[in-house]
Amino acid sequence: MRFGILQFPGSCDERDAVEAAARVGDAELLWHREGNLGQVDAIIVPGGFSYGDYLRAGAIARFSPAMESVIAFANEGGPVLGICNGFQVLCEAGLLPGALLRNTSLRFRCAQVDIEVVNAETAWTSAASPGETLSIPAKHGEGRFYAPNVEELEANGQVAFRYAPRQNPNGSLNDIAGVCNERGNVVGLMPHPEHAVDALTGSTDGLKLFASAVGALAGR
Amino acid sequence: MPDPTAATPPNLVESSRAIPGVDAAVQLGLTRDEYALIVEKLGREPNEVELSVFSLLWSEHCSYKHSKKLLVTLPTEGPKVVMGPGENAGAVDVGQGLAIAFKVESHNHPSAVEPFQGAATGVGGILRDIFAIGARPIAVLDSLRFGEPTSERSRYLLDHAVQGIGHYGNSIGVPTIGGEVYFEEPYEQNCLVNAMALGMAETDRMIRSAAAGVGNVVVLFGASTGRDGIGGASVLASAEFGEDDPDKRPTVQVGDPFEESKLLECSLELLERGLLVSLQDLGAAGLTSSSAEMASKGEVGVDLDVAKVPLREPGMAPFEIMVSESQERMLCVVEPARVDEVLAVTEKWEVHGTAIGTVTDTGHLRVFVGDELVGDMPVPALVDDCPMYTLEPAKPEGGAPAIYPAPTRTPAADLKDPRDLLLALLASPNIASRRPLFEQYDCLVQSRTVRRPEQADAAVLMLPRGGAIAVSIDGTGRRVAADPYKGTMENVLECAANLACAGAQPLGLTNCLNFGNPEKPHVAWQLSESIRGLGEACVALDAPVVGGNVSLYNESATGPIYPTPVVGLVGELPDPASAGRSGFGRAGDTIAVVGPFAPFLPGSELHKLRGEPLPDGLEHVDLEGAKAAHEAIRDAVRAGAITSAHDIAEGGLLVALAEAALFGGLGASVDLPLDPFANPERLLFGESPGRGFVVSGEAPALEALRERTPVTLIGTVGGDALKVAAGITEFEVALSVLSEAHGALAPLFP
Repeated sequence: MRFGILQFPGSCDERDAVEAAARVGDAELLWHREGNLGQVDAIIVPGGFSYGDYLRAGAIARFSPAMESVIAFANEGGPVLGICNGFQVLCEAGLLPGALLRNTSLRFRCAQVDIEVVNAETAWTSAASPGETLSIPAKHGEGRFYAPNVEELEANGQVAFRYAPRQNPNGSLNDIAGVCNERGNVVGLMPHPEHAVDALTGSTDGLKLFASAVGALAGR
Repeated sequence: MPDPTAATPPNLVESSRAIPGVDAAVQLGLTRDEYALIVEKLGREPNEVELSVFSLLWSEHCSYKHSKKLLVTLPTEGPKVVMGPGENAGAVDVGQGLAIAFKVESHNHPSAVEPFQGAATGVGGILRDIFAIGARPIAVLDSLRFGEPTSERSRYLLDHAVQGIGHYGNSIGVPTIGGEVYFEEPYEQNCLVNAMALGMAETDRMIRSAAAGVGNVVVLFGASTGRDGIGGASVLASAEFGEDDPDKRPTVQVGDPFEESKLLECSLELLERGLLVSLQDLGAAGLTSSSAEMASKGEVGVDLDVAKVPLREPGMAPFEIMVSESQERMLCVVEPARVDEVLAVTEKWEVHGTAIGTVTDTGHLRVFVGDELVGDMPVPALVDDCPMYTLEPAKPEGGAPAIYPAPTRTPAADLKDPRDLLLALLASPNIASRRPLFEQYDCLVQSRTVRRPEQADAAVLMLPRGGAIAVSIDGTGRRVAADPYKGTMENVLECAANLACAGAQPLGLTNCLNFGNPEKPHVAWQLSESIRGLGEACVALDAPVVGGNVSLYNESATGPIYPTPVVGLVGELPDPASAGRSGFGRAGDTIAVVGPFAPFLPGSELHKLRGEPLPDGLEHVDLEGAKAAHEAIRDAVRAGAITSAHDIAEGGLLVALAEAALFGGLGASVDLPLDPFANPERLLFGESPGRGFVVSGEAPALEALRERTPVTLIGTVGGDALKVAAGITEFEVALSVLSEAHGALAPLFP
């Protein structure tokens, strides 16, 4: 199992994602100018501030050569995970529905939050149980999920994660913390599972997402 | 004085021979005597470029001309020091081939003019200092001072400075793991924004800033150079504030963390591939100070062609290019054969690498526009010949109360009941929870943060090859004002106490000395006494000073700020899994007061709430007794023998107990031994910084500490309230009520 983690100028959680993925498989960084992704089995678009979040979070990164290949990879059913800024990039690229708006507080907020696994049948959640609660940190200023067709997403099972009651840090619609595409191979979430893989730093619940991708590959 | 016209070097291009003269020099902040000295060293009067360069390098900010004679008295050597003062940052050995670089620096004056950009570029600047020595930045801490939050201006400065720090640190992917903020009236017109950064490096891969190798190429990379911040940090930081501050806004630099993120990765890749001879960041005084310092340390000359510098706007004069403080730029020295490889790396990271000069054997800094020489200065004159001043300290009659008015009485001033006083103190701006601030900072990126804010008294980061470091930053301005010597010793003790509670032993210390105008005798007294206390405390605690920064002239029309030495300590602990916690952790644990805790009310937060004047002097500071307590607690934490340890700081014993309860989410019942005739306020709310601790654990483990330091068992952990008995005083307060009081800062961040 080989994870590829995209690196844009301005990414900041890419090394954390490499280390987290390396706990369950092999992991390498993929430079954004490189169109050829090589032999990777799953792709993570990491957190950070790609291109300084200038214009709009994720709006510039989605035009990078590597993203063309990520879109093709996703369309073939390859597992793709977008974390925080990566979630924003995947929404901008049209791989995931909806958009991330500024937090209702208009402030960056960093806090450990509990999120509930709503859909445990995606490529990145299959190692969790439906309704299971994961303790994972969230840290962002633009994480308020919005989609005009949110009822449709709910009905389709495209809500992957929801903040636990009273823990929504950003004012997201329906407390949505993460969503998936219809096929379930592309998942995005605002909280950072790569920062929840070691009891010493607070939690190991995030490992479930990476383990899920390993399981999904084995099952394919 | 030699005849200046006769001494003009014939090779200086005709168009740059105009002489601005001594009045222009005075406007740039030099004295007439200093100007005469420049003429003597140069053998002629300086032209515009040369005068600009001299005025910056001879400013207080660059030359430390009023503080250097005192700073050299500080202890700077120790077995773990791998880089001491003089480099971009200091560094200590943490074993297994790794070093931790760290430094604190002020950005007070820019922040008072434009708090968001001032604070943001403060973070950007200190981060560049760290990666300029080849260390990857791993943490930021900040130390902030504002006027009382009842003032609209203070609330504005606070809110925007916090957002600026978060904006820069969060965006560049360096966690902000700790800090402190205090509110006092003397900071109303002159806020303090100090930022500290830590970096990690392979000890044998760190790089120094001295230029070397005649014929080597000087390469500038990073952002393009504009007119922003011309004379900003260096000029703003070297004079008192007047009423025309909004006019100074154009001298504040604008930060771009995305540019710095690229600059950081590019610099580290250049170093990793061994392509550089030396590296230096461009901070205050821009190209001027970076090139002059590189040349001075290498005892060489440097020729720069300012026509090659990538500019943000056309038509910039040579002197403007030399003094611009545009952010996010670095300067490096490269062997000619490696220039193409260096430029390929700068191209990869899109940071405009440009060869702009060469290292020479002339010993001069020479500035060219193409082939035309527009400035020619001996490097020693620029860097070494600035006059060093001896201060004339004098303690004013009556001490601190003669310098500072008493704090304004607060509505809590008339409270007498200890329960009411506890709640008033918990809700007071200097003690209330900092959660509304620190939640605006990413404290965990890079995946090393083992203890976040409010989990332990010091932040703890684990290291990749085992072990961990703890770090804390502390300043206690009001008590230093009361007694600059003892107050500064207490300040160091309090910071070291935080490390002890986390289980860490100090390795090294950095400091930022924020003071008023040192040319005034009472400020000179504060500065010299404070540095004396700092040095003695560092010697006692085996914590050498590895670097620091001085910020003087922090005054406004209403007088000087409280003298505010801010110290940052870095310590080591063998096992991140045994890092200490400050909150109670287990119902049934015994609680003890540990250490030579000797509380007094003068100078305390309670006296501040009541509007009591500052005392003239503080009580005796028992450095050795404090050190013994720190060592006993540190060893107990490392051995896992105790559950929690929290130092008794602002607000005294009751506040420390309430905090330990709140941080752990567990109540406590305590019975405090009190002489029935004694004033209970002194025991409950008196302060004795760095010398007392609230510790919880099993009773035998606490008793065992008694061999090394005083221990008084006072109660038990449990329940959902704090129950206190002390002599005839008895009360109970629910955790939910304590929590509500402690959350009093939230409305400052709507």
